[in-house]
Amino acid sequence: MKILVLAEINNGELAEDQTSKTVSAASTLGKVDVLCASNQCSDASTNIAKMENVETVLVLENELFAQSLAESYSETMIDTLKSYSHVFAPSSSFGKNVLPRIGGMLDVMVISDVSKVISEDTFERPVYAGNAIQTVQSIDKLKLISVRTSNYSAVPSTGSANIKKIDCKGNNPLTTFVENKMQTSDRPELTSAKVVVSGGRGVGSKENFEIIEGLADKLGAAVGASRAAVDSGFAPNDWQVGQTGKVVAPDLYVAVGISGAIQHLAGMKDSKVIVAINKDEEAPIFQVADFGLVDDLFKAVPEIEKKI
Amino acid sequence: MKILVPVKRVLDYNVKARVKADGSGIDLANVKMSMNPFDEIALEEAIRIKEKGNAEEIIAVSIGVQQNQETLRTALAMGADRAILVVATDDVHNDIEPLTVANILASIALKEGPSLILCGKQAIDNDFNATAQMLSAKLKWSQATFASEIDVKEDIIRVTREVDGGLQTIDAKMPAVVSVDLRLNEPRYASLPNIMKAKRKPLEEVNPADLGVEITQRLKVIKTKEPDSREAGLILENIDQLVEKIQENVGG
Ligand SMILES: Cc1cc2nc3c(=O)[nH]c(=O)nc-3n(C[C@H](O)[C@H](O)[C@H](O)COP(=O)(O)OP(=O)(O)OC[C@H]3O[C@@H](n4cnc5c(N)ncnc54)[C@H](O)[C@@H]3O)c2cc1C
Ligand SMILES: Nc1ncnc2c1ncn2[C@@H]1O[C@H](COP(=O)(O)O)[C@@H](O)[C@H]1O
Repeated sequence: MKILVLAEINNGELAEDQTSKTVSAASTLGKVDVLCASNQCSDASTNIAKMENVETVLVLENELFAQSLAESYSETMIDTLKSYSHVFAPSSSFGKNVLPRIGGMLDVMVISDVSKVISEDTFERPVYAGNAIQTVQSIDKLKLISVRTSNYSAVPSTGSANIKKIDCKGNNPLTTFVENKMQTSDRPELTSAKVVVSGGRGVGSKENFEIIEGLADKLGAAVGASRAAVDSGFAPNDWQVGQTGKVVAPDLYVAVGISGAIQHLAGMKDSKVIVAINKDEEAPIFQVADFGLVDDLFKAVPEIEKKI
Repeated sequence: MKILVPVKRVLDYNVKARVKADGSGIDLANVKMSMNPFDEIALEEAIRIKEKGNAEEIIAVSIGVQQNQETLRTALAMGADRAILVVATDDVHNDIEPLTVANILASIALKEGPSLILCGKQAIDNDFNATAQMLSAKLKWSQATFASEIDVKEDIIRVTREVDGGLQTIDAKMPAVVSVDLRLNEPRYASLPNIMKAKRKPLEEVNPADLGVEITQRLKVIKTKEPDSREAGLILENIDQLVEKIQENVGG
């Protein structure tokens, strides 16, 4: 058994939480190597080398990998993968983009969104928006696994792995990068925050979303949203929590003006404590909330913010 | 150009999935099945591209049981020109894996020669999010996943992708495989006249063997269980109580 983790690095910047939690899932099976492919790798590789259970950090530095475009990334990976039995990546937009492509190239099935590593060939993964958990056993020689990182804690930074540069050739005649419109924010990242405050259609407008953001800032929380809130333009797409958005499991999740559709619950029902504020006492969110308040959010949220 | 749109028949998104008592899977007997919502979005986009004069023909493909015919009739009623049904199993509980689906679609693509394949980003039953990427690799075509905006130019397609940090725009050379996300468009409903017309549109049936593809299963499903359930908690009387609960659990 030889295990490789694909680090997520966006334009030289390590997605530390996602990568560390993926290392954590992979270390269930033993020590791991981590592949660090980006345009700038020095900071990222230094940080990865400190992650516990990492043996070697393989560094592939090339301008080509700045945006981790699927074709060039997977093409170059293939050679590196040859000696490994397991490849793990976070189940983020990065992992979901590249891992199945590698599977397609090697005729190997991908095991998406793994919530638990049971043994070297057996894994648990949620299906049907988390309404069922499947245990699957893979017969492929190479296991390609994307990890539902919200199920794992980051590994401690007590390690001291080797850093090894590897050569790569490669180009990408198929796709070219045009531009990024990334959201920047001083708030904690949605997927790693201890507290998340989310707003739904009930919030009513982009301007009103400031009520949600105000409470979030008071609590040092990340801001989330339902699909309805994103579709209506109240919130940017990267705030969407749910089956087809981000999966979060903070210590505290506050759902405001969200009804609690199964697709939304799929992204947050593993939170430790769920608080819901909704004016409809019949709202399904109250069936999963530890604490509920039946009230108008426009009255309740500003008052809560004041009292905290 | 031709556009290929793979459409999957899945448990309707409004229906709560129930685990079978013996742990062998999800109960799909006598439940409402529909087109995967992401595939409706993909099909809608194909129709819009055609309406703008940038495509001549839309082919919908579904892989699974005989009943997938219904899903394909819906696709034809929405605006696909013809349909291909690949009968790969006679058991609705036998989900065909993305790798096999990709092999089948690749074989069809080589025969039909589309310039664009528009997939959903994810089937809402197995939640794999893999087929488009695998298909694109098999064909060695360009790949653009999670599209929220698509602009077809001569021989490239400009795609804005929903990624974790925000939005990313890339240019993909055609032929390309694109997987679509929720914000791309709002799918239309089929009108009654179009539903009638769809009955006369061609729907061809083929077997995987005709396409030279073997149905394999790389992931054996050993068990399906219910997730840990959450109990409904307390409805609080007033804001002060809620403030207290929030404070107890922040940084706790
Ligand atoms: C393929 C597919 C994928 C999906 N993926 C996701 C996903 O990833 N994430 C997701 O969230 N959804 C997803 N959905 C959508 C999901 O089905 C629901 O439509 C959505 O979650 C509803 O959002 P909401 O709760 O904000 O809106 P609504 O269901 O409209 O609920 C609004 C709530 O606000 C309350 N409210 C209104 N005004 C006030 C007020 N003044 N004070 C207090 N409460 C108020 C109402 O009582 C109501 O309960 C998906 C759907 C499909 C088909
Ligand atoms: N059995 C199938 N028949 C037709 N299309 C499919 C099938 N399975 C997957 N697809 C396509 O692949 C997309 C992603 O599915 P998945 O990779 O299973 O999440 C779907 O949205 C469909 O466009």
